[in-house]
Amino acid sequence: MGVTPSSDSYDPAALAPGPSQDALLRQMTGELQDKGFVIANLDKLVNWARSGSLWPMTFGLACCAVEMIHAYMSRYDLDRFGVVPRPSPRQADVIIVAGTLTNKMAPAFRKVYDQMAEPRYVISMGSCANGGGYYHYSYSVVRGCDRVVPVDVYVPGCPPTAEALIYGILQLQKKINRTGTLWR
Amino acid sequence: MDLALKDLGEYVAGQLPEDVSEWTLDLDELTVFVRAEGIVRVLSFLRDDVNCRFKQLMDICGVDYPERSPRFEVVYNLLSLTNNNRIRVKVRTAEDTPVPTVTGIFSSANWWEREAWDLFGIYFTDHPDLRRILTDYGFEGHPLRKDFPLTGYVEIRYDDEKKRVVYEPVKLTQEFRSFDFLSPWEGVQPLLPGDEKAEEIPEPAEAEDAEAGEDAASAGEDG
Repeated sequence: MGVTPSSDSYDPAALAPGPSQDALLRQMTGELQDKGFVIANLDKLVNWARSGSLWPMTFGLACCAVEMIHAYMSRYDLDRFGVVPRPSPRQADVIIVAGTLTNKMAPAFRKVYDQMAEPRYVISMGSCANGGGYYHYSYSVVRGCDRVVPVDVYVPGCPPTAEALIYGILQLQKKINRTGTLWR
Repeated sequence: MDLALKDLGEYVAGQLPEDVSEWTLDLDELTVFVRAEGIVRVLSFLRDDVNCRFKQLMDICGVDYPERSPRFEVVYNLLSLTNNNRIRVKVRTAEDTPVPTVTGIFSSANWWEREAWDLFGIYFTDHPDLRRILTDYGFEGHPLRKDFPLTGYVEIRYDDEKKRVVYEPVKLTQEFRSFDFLSPWEGVQPLLPGDEKAEEIPEPAEAEDAEAGEDAASAGEDG
């Protein structure tokens, strides 16, 4: 949220909490009280909003789901990042494919993905979702969920730790922040 | 325990001589081999008889022995909580010979027989709902048969033009490889994989010499 119209290259994400941020916030509050509005870079505002409330569709398929649950629960608490699991694809922004995607599940998975509203993102979690993993040569497993949906972030591991998943989510936030919503 | 099971095996075989073909007692586990047409009689007897009371059917599974002439076995595992006993009933069958269903005796048999049908292609007559249970909709073949290829015949992909998931023949970028792993539990093999490429080394003679030397040394210590 660039407050000063003159500084176009100003990046709010780079400003850590501290005296300089406090000064900026005071300036913004002053501007709000003085003029009644602030001017912000819409691109960055949109990206800030998107990356700050990534609501994932709960899509636990196998043991990776347990690690995903760990990441949601109090120890790692993904809620801090605005990541709140949703039970409906209509409310979700991102789908975390946590586990083995079987042939029988693939059409249902694609349907869930299609029901999500744009912009939508996919995190492929674990070896099985990345490329079939242990079941790569199986007759009943999809060799990577990127055969069915486009994937944004791959999290390696079998299963990946909760920290790894959080790192993947942070990478996705970074990717969203890099994306231009207006100029593309 | 052992004797009780032996008595039970003799009792069952004596009560149903025309259905039970043989019975064995291996590793303290009683197995009764039954002719397919008598399986309903045998399981009802085992459930209802005062001396058996096998009220619970724990599992039904299939086994494929491709080298045998009736290639399949259907295994029924029963538990008697009253007598703290377990019994295993086996039926031998082939692809084209059906086995009578036991859903009339144990309702839990329903899905297990569906599973055996799905994965092995063992047909159960008079089953109320003999459909596939585990494999994909429209799946062809019975994947737990030994002659079913590991990777199957079809794979799945989302077709962006048809806007749906499509099935295609399997196309592997790398074939499945069976590695000759050295198991740490089985000890070191005399010939390591790749050794055949190396030069012939007169190892045994040296080893014998070393052993002889050790023997001599130990003999010296003893002396």
